[in-house]
Amino acid sequence: MAALATLVGMALACLVGPFLTGHEPERIYPDLVRVPPGAAAHPRPEAVRPAIERLAFRMRMTVSDIAVSADTVRLTLASPRTIDERALTYLPRSDLFGPPAIVERSGDGRRLVVEAPVRRLRVWLGTDALGRDLLTRCLVAGRVSLLIGLVAALVSLAVGVTYGAVSGMLGGAVDAVMMRVVDVLYALPFVFFVIVLLVFFRAGLWLVLVAVAAVEWLDMARLVRTQTLSLKSRDFVRAARSLGLPTPAILVAHIVPNTAAPIVVAATLLVPRVILLESFLSFLGLGVQEPATSWGVLIAEGSRAIESAPWMLAGPAAFLVATLVALNVLGDGLADALDPRS
Amino acid sequence: MIAYALRRLAQAIPTLFVVVTLSFFLIRLAPGGPFDLERPLPPAAMENLARLYGLDRPLVVQYGRYLAGLVRGDLGPSFSFRDLSVADLLARGLPVSMTLGALALALALPLGLALGTLAAFRRGRLPDRLVGLGASLGLAVPTFVVAPLLQIVFGLALAWLPVGGWEGGDPRHLVMPVVTLALPQVAAIARLTRAAMGEVLGQPYIRTLRAVGLPPWRVALHALRGALLPVIATLGPVAAALLTGSVVVETIFGLPGIGRTFVDGALNRDYTLVMGTVVLVAVLVVAFNLIADLAAAIVDPRLRLGA
Repeated sequence: MAALATLVGMALACLVGPFLTGHEPERIYPDLVRVPPGAAAHPRPEAVRPAIERLAFRMRMTVSDIAVSADTVRLTLASPRTIDERALTYLPRSDLFGPPAIVERSGDGRRLVVEAPVRRLRVWLGTDALGRDLLTRCLVAGRVSLLIGLVAALVSLAVGVTYGAVSGMLGGAVDAVMMRVVDVLYALPFVFFVIVLLVFFRAGLWLVLVAVAAVEWLDMARLVRTQTLSLKSRDFVRAARSLGLPTPAILVAHIVPNTAAPIVVAATLLVPRVILLESFLSFLGLGVQEPATSWGVLIAEGSRAIESAPWMLAGPAAFLVATLVALNVLGDGLADALDPRS
Repeated sequence: MIAYALRRLAQAIPTLFVVVTLSFFLIRLAPGGPFDLERPLPPAAMENLARLYGLDRPLVVQYGRYLAGLVRGDLGPSFSFRDLSVADLLARGLPVSMTLGALALALALPLGLALGTLAAFRRGRLPDRLVGLGASLGLAVPTFVVAPLLQIVFGLALAWLPVGGWEGGDPRHLVMPVVTLALPQVAAIARLTRAAMGEVLGQPYIRTLRAVGLPPWRVALHALRGALLPVIATLGPVAAALLTGSVVVETIFGLPGIGRTFVDGALNRDYTLVMGTVVLVAVLVVAFNLIADLAAAIVDPRLRLGA
């Protein structure tokens, strides 16, 4: 149950979460690069002064009397020439401060007292090497990873079930040939094939999906075939046949529904394998490509920055591992629950 | 037994043929060639290069030539490493990957069997739960997360082990890659052993052994023989997983194995190198499956007659 709750929570978080974190996944905060995780808001009080000084330098002005209060900063800007107020847009543009208000202006226009609200940015999981909010990115990446897991698992489910059921039902020479094909495909070093596919045909999300699904249907086909073989000779199937039902109808109405239990278990265990395979490919730089992102992509970025920013690995890895463990536990639980022997 | 082995061997040959054919045409159909540089060569030079490597011939002729070479054990010249043949490159990488894989298997098999047996004997109690939890984690935490973690803990923070590199197979350089590679397999083998053991322990002959008063470890040895079959049956896929898993491990730890050779070759569009690696890996996978099947047939005589 905990596993199911984790999964539902994870899916909901990935769907809705990016709207609630207050950050766009692509938004770059140049002043917040590689910020460690934490609940405190940014900029920190001690970081306001250097940030203001940096901005004043960009505005070509000298700054004095920086007074930081709870959520505003008051500063005095001075310049040898008359100050063009448009230069103040540097303040809100830096993400750290809101739109400034001029409090006081000296007669010659060379001194300006400005008050600007200090923004309160919260980056719970820190930011990455470009200054993007990691939590938002993890959630957006989760959409891609979960989607790939789900779609690829469904595709291989459809292919595997159809193939296995037809092979088992028809039996004889057709069955032998069809299973021989599966045996041959089984021995292929598929990961290598997928890599060849992705490198030579330029990776894209859909190609990754197809590649992953193409690898994973074999187990399903074998499973369904064994089930079909044992169901085929059962009385209710023989009855259906003697009533004159055509083979496809028997397959759809009687065989496939009765293989549902093991199929559901296998499919649940298939999703984590697919997600893992996608992450593996993305980690090698062959899967999902920027600007789209997936957990594998984020983990790859994180492992490159592990010395300076270990949280960049920890965040996405935690999301991935939590999902995979939940799926595996759910699959095992289903297997126990649906096992007729227990 | 010999007849069974020969039959399995005969089945392996069409598999390999399919691998070669599929990968050959797949690679050739892909857009882009090995000599497409950022600054294109003059057309005459391209023609010469194509003629030198036989790329100007029709695809079917190239395929025939490749097959003919393959039968003689000639994998062709490498396109990106001009002075080396594919066989040279693979001969350089294979010992690295094989060492890693063999050590990882030698670590994973006894550890997985022991943990699985322990869990089955203490079903529902603390050791079982711990092994179950560990196995779930071991299967879920990808190698490309484990490897950087190991690097940062043992390589950088504690500085016990070197972070990467091969250094001619120095044991200190092998520890982390082998552990990384072995962990998911330990988890898989432990789960499998626990399940198989659970079934065997319910059998009457185990009850008899227990009733006779045999100590638990001797009961475990008897039960293990019965539980070994499903484990052996997965050793083929496990060996294949070790080979493919080494792509990531070799990349992260900077080891010059065939995984790295393959990825480099693919990125350089080195047709012959990619083909050579795929063929080599396919041969190895088929061979491992064959060995696993034969081992299973030795343990369980029924398989020899059935298949």
